[in-house]
Amino acid sequence: MKAVCWHGKNDMRVDNVPDPTIINDRDIIIRVTSTAICGSDLHIYNGYIPSMMAGDIVGHEFMGEIVETGKAITNLAKGDRVVIPFTIACGNCFFCKNDYFSCCDNSNPNAGIADKLYGFSPSGLFGYSHIYGGYAGGQAEYVRVPFADVGAFKVPDGLPDEKVLFLTDIFPTGYMAADNCGIKPGDTVAIWGCGPVGLFTIKSAFLLGAERVIAIDRFPERLQMAQNAGAEVLNYEKTSVIDELKARTGGMGPDHCIDAVGMEAHGHSPDHIMDKAMQLARLGTDRPHVLREAIMACRKAGTVSMPGVYGGFLDKIPFGAAFAKGLTFKMGQTHVHHYLPKLMEHVQEGRIDPSFLITHRLPLEDAPHGYKMFKEKTDNCIKVVLKP
Amino acid sequence: MSYSEAPASTYPVQSENPYGESRPVPVDPQGHVNVAPNERLASALIGVTLGWFALTKSDNNTGIRAPLAAFSSFLLYRSVTGNCPLYSALRTGTNGDTHSPSAVIPHGQGIRVEKAITIQKSATELYNFWRNFENLPRFMKHLEAVTVMDDTHSTWRAKAPMGQHVSWNAELIVDEPNQRIAWRSVEPMDIPNAGTVRFKELPAGRGTTVEVTLEYNPPAGMLGAMVAKLFGEEPGMQVEDDLRRFKQLMETGEISTNEGQSHGVQGHYKSPLGSDKDTKENP
Repeated sequence: MKAVCWHGKNDMRVDNVPDPTIINDRDIIIRVTSTAICGSDLHIYNGYIPSMMAGDIVGHEFMGEIVETGKAITNLAKGDRVVIPFTIACGNCFFCKNDYFSCCDNSNPNAGIADKLYGFSPSGLFGYSHIYGGYAGGQAEYVRVPFADVGAFKVPDGLPDEKVLFLTDIFPTGYMAADNCGIKPGDTVAIWGCGPVGLFTIKSAFLLGAERVIAIDRFPERLQMAQNAGAEVLNYEKTSVIDELKARTGGMGPDHCIDAVGMEAHGHSPDHIMDKAMQLARLGTDRPHVLREAIMACRKAGTVSMPGVYGGFLDKIPFGAAFAKGLTFKMGQTHVHHYLPKLMEHVQEGRIDPSFLITHRLPLEDAPHGYKMFKEKTDNCIKVVLKP
Repeated sequence: MSYSEAPASTYPVQSENPYGESRPVPVDPQGHVNVAPNERLASALIGVTLGWFALTKSDNNTGIRAPLAAFSSFLLYRSVTGNCPLYSALRTGTNGDTHSPSAVIPHGQGIRVEKAITIQKSATELYNFWRNFENLPRFMKHLEAVTVMDDTHSTWRAKAPMGQHVSWNAELIVDEPNQRIAWRSVEPMDIPNAGTVRFKELPAGRGTTVEVTLEYNPPAGMLGAMVAKLFGEEPGMQVEDDLRRFKQLMETGEISTNEGQSHGVQGHYKSPLGSDKDTKENP
């Protein structure tokens, strides 16, 4: 079968690889009908994710039709159309039982490595390096899905792929980012980043009852989409973010600040230049420019919500400000399984059409071009969907 | 003799630490006798001879007196006291005595590993699975097979570094249902070893903590263990990985793996932390 494989920095290739097979009894094999490139795939593309090996199949936003089931699967059958959460969860450990699915104890076969890095290993992910389990990803014609009895979610009839594909990752990610804030009536939410996750965060904030959403980015097409979603916009290349947010909130600051940018933040300020220099010198690994702004801008006793992604260490975080203002930080990989049913219902009821942000549809073979376009944001690219 | 009657200082010594910290056996603090009698005699003779040379040699020879004197002192020390500091450091010895009938590893020798893990299952389920020793190779990757012969005796066979095999017979010495199991090797055995597993159910539905203590006496003591470490077989990690697999098996019914899955043409380029070991998941 064909699959998108990483071969080094800025080097994704479509290789011919063996078809996947059932390995454990709770596996299924699906034939992929749609798959997307995620912003976090760009961290892999840009060479920032450690423990990748040339030849690894990437991709963690995918859905399709079941073609084979393992012996222990009783709730799914061949032919079922399913979406698959990007985090792999066993359903039986302490964390899964408490709905912290992305913290699953049992789904990372390389837990020993992750233990050393993080103290305890999070769940395995599809197509996201060996620290996260080394699982083959879903930008391919077929995928093996472990613990499918817990992961695979059947798609109700009548919903085309494009309306449900993003339930695998970015819609629940944006939703959890907003949910983590504990939005109350009258609240103002500031969101840095109007990429796909930021856009879903905007929509989710409104679904959760936010009064105002202020969205921050610099690309006109992304700001436009944010505006279409109901947000007020702020272009950080034209104005000072912290001052502007203070002014627009009557001197109080946003109640909640969401960093939908993560470790590869971009900016022009001195702290950002320092971040870049440190990365080149291999000192700090992440560039938390947005996080710093979020901390400074947030109102007292507010929430800073971080859907990610951060990988290593941060430098020079204004923790004194965070402490003095009594901020709450909430973060983490998305607990997709927890949110999927509710979000599927939102889609079914027509409260949101997730396909709004697709700008490019390409055949799987054009994935390398898709990656380049997505990274450089050429051709007004916001979200690329691949069709095997 | 039942386990509870054994003298307090004997093996296996239970640790009260539930957090799974692996503590190496401390270097023998009491300087007990770890040199065999014949060896002590040889040590004494050679020590006296070298000492004589050290004291009487004229200074023509280039500075050999001091090292000779030091070495002879070392030999004399170990012959007089019966304790060789080098043996103590390597946690081995030639005296081969034990301090109790139930100890299979002499006092002050051997490697000891203690690890713990918490599993969302009852102590009963975990005890029942572990009590049938034939189940152990399903999650202890270095065990090839365990054959149970009767209620208290079993034969174990394991992989050793560099493609070797070791085997031993074991007998059950403690069996407290749903609480504790202890076993130790008996002759014939390639490597003396013993183990204990304790099951402690937690309140509020938090599952059961499984604490494992393993002791073994590799050939050449610490040196053997160091060689094993070089080959990536650090005992603490092994036990940790085994317990993780035990947890996966008990909680999910299977052991997570990506062995045998699909991938593209594997080149040599790796990002930092990528290594050949990455392609051999679940060694």
